[in-house]
Amino acid sequence: MTEPSTTNPTALAVEMRRVTKQFPGVLANDCINLQVAYGEIHAIIGENGAGKSTLMSVLSGLLKADEGEVLLKGHPVRGRPHLVSRRGLGMVYQHFMLVPNFTVAENVILGNEPGDRVHLDLRAAEEAVRRLGQDYGLNLDPAARIEDLSVGEQQRVEILKVLYRGSDVIVLDEPTQVLTLQEKNELFETLRCLVRDGRTIIFITHHLEEVMALSDRVTVLRRGRVVASLAIQDTDIATLAQLMVGREIGPGEKRTGDVTGDVVLEVSDLTAVSERGLQALDGVSFGVRGGEILGLAGVEGNGQRELVETLTGLRIPSGGEIRIGDQSTHGWSPRQFLEAGVAVIPENRRVRGVVEPFTIAENLVLGRHWKRPFSKGWVLDLGAMEAEAKSLISDFGIVPPDPEILVRTLSGGNQQRVVVARELAKKPVVLIAAHPTRGLDIAGRQFAHSCLLRERSLGAAILLVSSDLEEILDLGDRIAVIFEGRITGILPREEASEGKLGLLMVGARR
Amino acid sequence: MKDLSIRRIVRELGQALLPLALALAVGAVIILAIGENPLTVFGLMLRGSFGSLRRLSGTLQEASPMIFTGVSVALAFRAGLFNIGAEGQLLIGGFAAAWAGFALTGLPGPLHVVFCVVAAAAAGLVWGLIPGILKARLGVHEVINTIMLNYVALSLTNFLVGHPYFKEPGQIPQTRDIAASSVLPRFEFLYAHAKVNAGLWVALAVMVAVGYLLARTRYGFEIKAVGYNPEASEAAGISKSRVIWTTMGLSGAIAGLAGAEQVLGVFRCFVSPFPFGYGFVGIAVALLARNNPLAVLPAALIFGALTSGAQEVDVHSGTPREITVVLQGIFVLFIACEFVLRRKRRVGETEGGPKAGGKGREEEGRGEDG
Amino acid sequence: MYHARRSTVSGIALVLVTAAALICIIGCGKKKETEVRQGPGVGMTAGVVLSVGGLGDKSFNDLAHAGLMKAAKDLGIRPVYGQPEQMAEDEKYLRDYAEQGFDLIVGVGFLMKTAVEEVAGEFPESRFAIIDCIVEEPNVASLVFREHEGSFLVGALASMKTRTGKVGFVGGMDSPLIHRFEVGYTEGAKYVNPDTDVFIAYVGSHTGAFHDPVRGKSLAISQFDRGAEVVFHAAGSSGNGVIDAAAERGLYAIGVDANQNYVAPGSVLTSMIKRVDVAVFRTIEEVVHGRFKGGLREFGLADDGVGYALDEHNRDVITPEMLARVEELKRKIVSGEIRVTDYYDTIAPDES
Repeated sequence: MTEPSTTNPTALAVEMRRVTKQFPGVLANDCINLQVAYGEIHAIIGENGAGKSTLMSVLSGLLKADEGEVLLKGHPVRGRPHLVSRRGLGMVYQHFMLVPNFTVAENVILGNEPGDRVHLDLRAAEEAVRRLGQDYGLNLDPAARIEDLSVGEQQRVEILKVLYRGSDVIVLDEPTQVLTLQEKNELFETLRCLVRDGRTIIFITHHLEEVMALSDRVTVLRRGRVVASLAIQDTDIATLAQLMVGREIGPGEKRTGDVTGDVVLEVSDLTAVSERGLQALDGVSFGVRGGEILGLAGVEGNGQRELVETLTGLRIPSGGEIRIGDQSTHGWSPRQFLEAGVAVIPENRRVRGVVEPFTIAENLVLGRHWKRPFSKGWVLDLGAMEAEAKSLISDFGIVPPDPEILVRTLSGGNQQRVVVARELAKKPVVLIAAHPTRGLDIAGRQFAHSCLLRERSLGAAILLVSSDLEEILDLGDRIAVIFEGRITGILPREEASEGKLGLLMVGARR
Repeated sequence: MKDLSIRRIVRELGQALLPLALALAVGAVIILAIGENPLTVFGLMLRGSFGSLRRLSGTLQEASPMIFTGVSVALAFRAGLFNIGAEGQLLIGGFAAAWAGFALTGLPGPLHVVFCVVAAAAAGLVWGLIPGILKARLGVHEVINTIMLNYVALSLTNFLVGHPYFKEPGQIPQTRDIAASSVLPRFEFLYAHAKVNAGLWVALAVMVAVGYLLARTRYGFEIKAVGYNPEASEAAGISKSRVIWTTMGLSGAIAGLAGAEQVLGVFRCFVSPFPFGYGFVGIAVALLARNNPLAVLPAALIFGALTSGAQEVDVHSGTPREITVVLQGIFVLFIACEFVLRRKRRVGETEGGPKAGGKGREEEGRGEDG
Repeated sequence: MYHARRSTVSGIALVLVTAAALICIIGCGKKKETEVRQGPGVGMTAGVVLSVGGLGDKSFNDLAHAGLMKAAKDLGIRPVYGQPEQMAEDEKYLRDYAEQGFDLIVGVGFLMKTAVEEVAGEFPESRFAIIDCIVEEPNVASLVFREHEGSFLVGALASMKTRTGKVGFVGGMDSPLIHRFEVGYTEGAKYVNPDTDVFIAYVGSHTGAFHDPVRGKSLAISQFDRGAEVVFHAAGSSGNGVIDAAAERGLYAIGVDANQNYVAPGSVLTSMIKRVDVAVFRTIEEVVHGRFKGGLREFGLADDGVGYALDEHNRDVITPEMLARVEELKRKIVSGEIRVTDYYDTIAPDES
């Protein structure tokens, strides 16, 4: 598929010259020059909305640049994704595009099936997948079904897919977002191995430690422009952070003051079953006091999602009790939880958080729309909705500041702001924040943290579910760890450390 | 999004008419292939639908039930439900209207009409609630149930029409004539023998009411929210199942009204076979109207005109009537294509489009590969 | 990418539209030659509105169409016919024809009764005809058939053919018209052999009963199971099921309306034919010769309006003796010696 590299070694794998891409109202890419040499790992960093993904869409042929030139291995790229992919460019997206009930091998060969016109040679496919896996340390059972794999394993399937197609320039879009520490290290090993083999990697992220650990060069984007392109040995995290944000970054807010409130959220011996009939929660007990943040750490998939759902009435527990204040929540609907003052920042904002085809205003009143002033009897008060939206937009800095804009068109960071704004506007008694900073840049993360701390100081009982230990250690008054549906330990902040938590996260009982 | 500039309106209109233009173009080729002149045929179609007051009244007569079924299907669509059952709901509603029309006597005129209309709506409501509740409570897919209920409705009304209690004595399988007090006045001012009737006003009122419901009420807000994103709606305390069964019920009631319009205005009894196809055309009408209740009116007029014009073609040219049916089919096909393309473009916009920043794109990460 | 695709679509559209427009313009020059017609009816137009189902039903509609075409050929009239898709359209077609001043407008089938009544009242100067039912308007000729007479003959044949003394009848929609067949059939069977058992079944009580071959077949099978060897159907396309059943069992069915002997040669004993074509042709002829009168026109055995079918497909199953006997019965009916009961006479007039 890929033509042999006839170009000389000093030539560039990817070269972008003065690429400009304008969207209505936004100059997404402004005269961007990018040079990626053969065999290097090139990181592209930037805040939300810096233009990273637009640039990659231009590279992959998904979007056509208004001006400028894109060269892939010396050949001009012109808006045809399948042609670009045939030239050897492989994209690994953050959201995997896999067929869940196909096997690994079937997914990998999808679109390039071996065999003659009629027959599918699955055996050859499995063999090819096994060989590729061995070569690059991507160990997977070719016959396993995607739906049975962990997120990290699914990502390996995506990588196998592009390798199978013979791609030698591979773009990874925020690949570490969903991975555990262990998986992240394995991924990095694989990437290094690929580079040793002569492939070129472009790596999009905003985690600066990863950049420092992995890449050879880094290009920093800010507001659609390239602000720097540096060799990794010539820079450090602080410099990169400053380049990325465009100003000096102060230390994040820290929590202050002791917890004095009563227990508001009390969970005892809670059990729940997942969709697939497995025991997702197995006797979970904890309490959260008013004005306290309880951090819940754990590797993803250990019951966090089910816990959040039972705490908001979306999943009916199979046993145990949840008490809010002095009320038992037995048999409550989601609406009753809401009315009792439980607010939730859901882990997947596009699924549970926002209604994308709704406007910002509509999303901001969702869940309160039946109350005055937004509804008078049966009729919505659009004026009141707009007024509320305007005030929340300015309080939470949602961009663009127009209540009538569809949330679908917002960046992920701004969508998250919409969710946070809406939930905090409910003046919650109990706030459940599941991965509240996932996908946010540094500024967004600091903003979300300060919001949580403000709610804490206002006396809300906050359960912070996160797989980001740093976040949990920064914010939590106490830290609980969940493993396989059980709480393996609850530590006061003072006693917690990454090491201790790490042990608890893999199931070591205290 | 609030941009209501002339350009936008023109573009929207153009997008709606593009399928029609394409269908006419393909139709022209087919008509040529059978040796007729497309211009003549199209001229006939135009004349047949708008050429005189009589023909105009025919077009309006066809459009009236399509407005009801179009609104019915569009409403269900907004809640993410696919109501293929408008056909059956219409039948049941029509039958109920006929029953109330001949069985209740001694009521003053307007009141009797109201009774009949309510009976039709109630019958359609029941016919919509069945799949609605099955979907809401048991998760049974509404498409299957509504299709099956179409057959149940067809067989049930066929059976009942033949029953001595309902049947008008004589050859023709129809119910007794409805009482004069329950007749919807026909538009005789338009044309002496017009069949289009005051049911059209009801249709327009229902259309506007549903438009208002969706745009301005709490319930409409919840319908849209559930239609767009059931998970997020649930998390926001909206009862998904309640929205589903109430919307299916309401959608059924509206389709049932189409039956009342046919019975009280056009036939003045329930005839067998009852007019067939308005429920299905309703799907095409809703599609063309992009599920916007107010756009159902022009969409229904277009389909009404196509149906009405078909007859003119049959009478006055050598072109077989089937050609106009083919034309309608191609039209629907192009609407569907356009619909899909539009969605694709929307995805495209989200992908790299006018985001305040590119992050959303990274979040989505759904690239298209072809 | 989308833009690329969009422009492709627009491009295709543009090409199509241009092509169509071009061909339209070229096509305009082409005039279709009209056939040269000859006969006393040149300059006159007859319009036939077929009933739901349209051409190709090998029965009523096809026969009416054949009558119209024969009139075009023999008399020189201009033939026009329409195929409404729904009952609601019948009226529109009739009115359209009347507005154009057609010389005769024929509605096929009793389902068109209301429509013909209404439009005939609206255009008192136009001439109408309706097949199979009676419309009491001065300008409407009601063309009905003495189905009981034809049914009597096929009933007699059935009774002669069966060896078990049992015959069957499958009706379509349970309605007065079909009872007319049934009564005549039963009388004919019992005339030949007073001990004949006649099994009677109806598919249903709605129009769908004429389009349910599966049910027709199961009814016929149950009659065959009970010993009937001949089953007469008056059930539209449901009757195809009856013929099917007969062919499977190696027994006999009797067709209806059109000559259905060919459907399963050897298994269809005969067909009770209603000469709709004759009725349509004769009525057009009357119009052409200025003899058209409104009112009831009955077509019976006497004027070959009804009869039984004999052709190469059933010559082998009808013996010369049977033939002789049925011809004798026919003569007796025509002469009035045998009086076949008309079901319509036994019920209140407004129900017929």
